[in-house]
Amino acid sequence: MAVQNKLTKQVSVFLENKSGRLLDVCQTIGQARINIRALCIADTSDFGILRLIVDEPDRALATLQQQGFSVGETSVLAVQVPDQPGGLSGVLENLRQHEINVEYMYAFVTPVQGRAVVVFRGGDDQLEPVVEALDAAGVVVMPAQDVYKI
Amino acid sequence: MIWDPYYECMELEQRRELQLRRLREMVARLAVNVPWYQARFAQIDFHPEDLKSLEDLASLPFVSKVELRDNYPLELLACPASEVVRIHSSSGTTGRPIIAGYTAEDINTWAETIARTICCGGGTRHDILQVAYGYGLFTGGLGLHYGGERLGCMVIPMSAGNTARQLMMMRDLGTTILACTPSYALTLADALEEEGVSVEELKLRSGLFGAEPWSEGSRQAVESMLRLSAHDIYGLTEIIGPGVAGECEAKNGLHVFDDHFYPEIIDPDTGQVLPEGQRGELVFTSLTKRAFPLLRFRTRDISALHYEPCSCGRTHARMDRITGRTDDMLIIRGVNVFPSQIEEVLTAVEGVMPHYQLVVTREGRMDQLEVRVEVSADIFSDTVRGLEQVQAQIEEELHKVLGLHAKVSLVEPKSIERSIGKAKRIIDQREAG
Repeated sequence: MAVQNKLTKQVSVFLENKSGRLLDVCQTIGQARINIRALCIADTSDFGILRLIVDEPDRALATLQQQGFSVGETSVLAVQVPDQPGGLSGVLENLRQHEINVEYMYAFVTPVQGRAVVVFRGGDDQLEPVVEALDAAGVVVMPAQDVYKI
Repeated sequence: MIWDPYYECMELEQRRELQLRRLREMVARLAVNVPWYQARFAQIDFHPEDLKSLEDLASLPFVSKVELRDNYPLELLACPASEVVRIHSSSGTTGRPIIAGYTAEDINTWAETIARTICCGGGTRHDILQVAYGYGLFTGGLGLHYGGERLGCMVIPMSAGNTARQLMMMRDLGTTILACTPSYALTLADALEEEGVSVEELKLRSGLFGAEPWSEGSRQAVESMLRLSAHDIYGLTEIIGPGVAGECEAKNGLHVFDDHFYPEIIDPDTGQVLPEGQRGELVFTSLTKRAFPLLRFRTRDISALHYEPCSCGRTHARMDRITGRTDDMLIIRGVNVFPSQIEEVLTAVEGVMPHYQLVVTREGRMDQLEVRVEVSADIFSDTVRGLEQVQAQIEEELHKVLGLHAKVSLVEPKSIERSIGKAKRIIDQREAG
């Protein structure tokens, strides 16, 4: 499968550290009938960045933009990890061997085929070599279309 | 097109003679008609016939907002109240507003100087002028309205606000000239997409923006977003309203219509008149006003004057774009800070002028300056590191320009209050005294 198909679209949203802002984002995409599949929040004392994997990333992006949020689209990888002790470290070991730096990562709650799914971004914004390295090591990088359906 | 070439392109010497003649008539009239001026002249032993040259004006005392407030509402009228046909008022943010009266002749003068202003901005009688300044006591709306009609434009009296309707009229009537505050022009540009109006559907070619200080960065933003040529216009209620000065196509300073409004630049601390080209506080003297003439009114606006005639053919004095106000100037830890300096930095870092707000607080005995900047799509990054880099870069540039540390806070788009009238750029939370 082409590497391009394995790049999952992540929607990110700029949030001020104010009460109710996260709720506003969730309501906006909830009302548009868009389902959140995984999320993580990075925050500093001043602001936060909400990162989302949703079932319809393009529509989520447009909807949030229309509502005046600062949003961005980033490619990330969703990787299947054996759901057992040491599962994640095995994957990370592959990346270390290729000197690929992980920028951030977070996990899906729902397992797929008995495996945990971890989302991450790294490799200094060059994801294609990362996919190739993981594929070669037998780690399953999920096709984006399958990720949106989790 | 020059609206009134006789006065606007007059030889400098001839204009100075005209100014002196008008000034002497004015001073003589004030000495007879206004008790407050009578008392003032007596105090300094000044007699109208002492005024032999324009330079002698420098010996007369200034008038400031304080004196105008003390004479609220109409103590300074220089004509019988029955001759007043119109009242306007300044948007006084503190205490009593300032009331300005106009005779029929004043309204006529005003329409003439606004017609000149619109022509400076490239306007002709074939233009469709959308006036999105507020109508009412504020001088912006009615001022542009009368000037537009004098020139023969099709005038759309929208007043300020109701952005959706503004854009609908702009598109459906084919507005060619937009007149409003620069911050409202940005608000209109921002709303295009939301209202489903494409800039291709608009026929705008010129903008007359004034009533608040703005920067070259804002000019470029408005020009590229609305695809028009943006002109700075200047005026103030105390002197007449808009129509005191305006930029021509050369955009080499604003032409001051100095056959009606005589400008000086002074050192705001000493009151000394400053030579050509030096920055200081702008002072105006009415030369022709009938109802509410003022001698040496201190505007608190910071500018500089140039007398070399412009390439457009007009020979009026030219004033630099207002870079701030003596009272907008923030003094932070002893450093003078003008909002315009901060705008220049933000524009340089972001490429366009973002919406921003300055918040000044005092922690202990130290002033703190916070600059709140809206995160636009241009600077958004999905990593904390990326956003912190933008923050740090703005802080560093601000430090270079201002010489002090300001904290930069990134805030969400549209979280800074949008203005219909003048933008609220500064929140000073320091306790007085």
